[in-house]
Amino acid sequence: MSLVSKIDKPILIGLGFIVLILAVGTVYTLSTQGTAVFLSPNYLMQQLHVGAFLGITAAGMMMVILLGHIDLSVPWTLAAGAMLATAIGGPLGALTCIGVGLTVGLVNGLGVAFLRVPSMIFTLGVNTVLLGLMVMLTGGHAPQSAATDLMLFLGRDRTLGIPHSVIVWALVSLTLVFVLTRTPLGRYMYAIGNQEAAAYLSGVRTRLVIVAAFVMCSLCAVIAGLALGGYSARAYQAMGDAYLLPSIAAVVLGGTNILGGQGRYAGTVVGALIIVLLQSVLSVMQMEEAFRQVIYGAVIIGMLLIYSRGRIVNA
Amino acid sequence: MKTLRFAIAHNLGLVLAIGLFVVLYAIYVSMHPNYGMNVVLQNGNEALALILVGMAQTMVVLIGGLDLSVGPLMTLVNCFGSIVMAGTGGSIVLGVIACMALGAACGFMNGCIVVYGRIQPIIATLATGAIYLGLALFLRPTPGGRIDGDFAWAFTNDINELGYTYGWWEDLGWFGLIPLQPIYLILIVVLVWLPFRRTATGRGCYAVGSSEAAAFMSGVKINRCKLTAFTLAGFFAGCAGIYLTMQIGSGNADAPQAAEYTLRSIATVVIGGTSLYGGSGGVIGTIFGALVLRSISFIFRVVPESSALGFVASPLLQPFFEGVILLIAVSLGAARTFRVRNRLSLFT
Repeated sequence: MSLVSKIDKPILIGLGFIVLILAVGTVYTLSTQGTAVFLSPNYLMQQLHVGAFLGITAAGMMMVILLGHIDLSVPWTLAAGAMLATAIGGPLGALTCIGVGLTVGLVNGLGVAFLRVPSMIFTLGVNTVLLGLMVMLTGGHAPQSAATDLMLFLGRDRTLGIPHSVIVWALVSLTLVFVLTRTPLGRYMYAIGNQEAAAYLSGVRTRLVIVAAFVMCSLCAVIAGLALGGYSARAYQAMGDAYLLPSIAAVVLGGTNILGGQGRYAGTVVGALIIVLLQSVLSVMQMEEAFRQVIYGAVIIGMLLIYSRGRIVNA
Repeated sequence: MKTLRFAIAHNLGLVLAIGLFVVLYAIYVSMHPNYGMNVVLQNGNEALALILVGMAQTMVVLIGGLDLSVGPLMTLVNCFGSIVMAGTGGSIVLGVIACMALGAACGFMNGCIVVYGRIQPIIATLATGAIYLGLALFLRPTPGGRIDGDFAWAFTNDINELGYTYGWWEDLGWFGLIPLQPIYLILIVVLVWLPFRRTATGRGCYAVGSSEAAAFMSGVKINRCKLTAFTLAGFFAGCAGIYLTMQIGSGNADAPQAAEYTLRSIATVVIGGTSLYGGSGGVIGTIFGALVLRSISFIFRVVPESSALGFVASPLLQPFFEGVILLIAVSLGAARTFRVRNRLSLFT
């Protein structure tokens, strides 16, 4: 088997696009400032550092998208986890944060798998409830919102120049790749995404698999929340809002089918990198916010037109 | 009798949404200290934009998709409207028409990307949503613009005020107290939705939502149906943008607001009894779905602080209860899960 056929088309094109972004950016900086800032290891490490938060969130999102579901509760799961971690503080805060992830994942999973409410609307409701709970928490009085030592360690600090958030991202990635490719759970997830009825008839306990996927998604969200809280040195209410649509976009840019059942984890990493690099390069090029949004949208459509077109329905 | 029962069974979602709205609104009316037509007017003002955005979402959900660009499109039309509706007299009418055309054109573009680009609606509209928001920011980098005050006042008020402002008619008695918002809705439903529902394309949209392959085999023009549904969705979102412009009198490329409208529109569609899997429901249910959502927040405003339920009156608790009620409402539909004999029938 050749290397090209092993790495599938979306990932290859995605990697090519990353090179293209960096090349265009470098041409721009060379002509205006005479430096190739985009190729410096410092800059690239900084992008990985920032990209890790989106990468971790998108990794979780991919788990539910593989099943053909979606999790709209990610923004406030992330924010709630981080806000509780800072409000309680210390190791107990971090444990609470993980507990929030587990609980939200279980509730989402139960609603989607056992009550069979469409995930789109159930997770939307859970998101609103979490928002409400956090407004209650911060409304009457202002709780502690400065990041704890653990969060700073995860989100801000570096060892030998490598940001810890990148290491966390790598660990999360390794775990998920292991789950997806080396465990029955991973196989079942792909099976359910393709045809839930078939998986059920083959004896897969599909409802438990769905719950597991939602738990993984929420856990990723709170881990990203911990790290992001550390990076920005505090937890605040709308901190997760900027991660919902980009994380879905990252998963889809990586070649995962939004209807489920198809997609490789490496694609999601590439997708997250594309989004982070695109935003960063455009802002260094002093592109206005308006044009950045337009280019961002156009890139998603353009890339999907190349490799992610659906089949024509004709039977 | 039999036909009535059949009609109810066939529109259970719609009936439930109307029932829920009537109950919630009755609670609100009974608690309101001085209820009157002016309160209806205020309620209509707060609800209309959400209703229209919900109607836009309904069109795409009907064909089995999801539109994440309804909020941004509303925002874009709002910013565009704050420019083209800024004149006086006849130019405002042209501006309104231009806004409707922009909405429909953007919806049509969504449709083209979905139909000819063969990209899933949710992803295509995620991307176009970013583009529309970008364009809105381009038109209004900072909130601003000012549309004609008389116009904005007269057309977001009741029939009497409309007459006074332009000197068209004098006091019309009780008739003049009717707010304009329900009239807009009735006009849109009677002139756009009901005729559309009866055309071959309108029926085709339901067929496509139920089963695209079956619709294709039956000779339904799938592409035309999808394009029309997206164009109508854009038109409705455009109407929401126009109303928002009249309401706030200026343009604001507010990204969080756009996202909130998009997410709420999904909730209104579901509460209104339209299936997220497509193929059943309609915009009339969505109107009541949006009214249900708004009624909930209205009620929180009038709960007396001293009563037994006074603690819920705290504005801090409102988002929490809204979420809980939404979850309960959608979980009610899960009752069938416990009644099925063969669990296989759940995996539709």
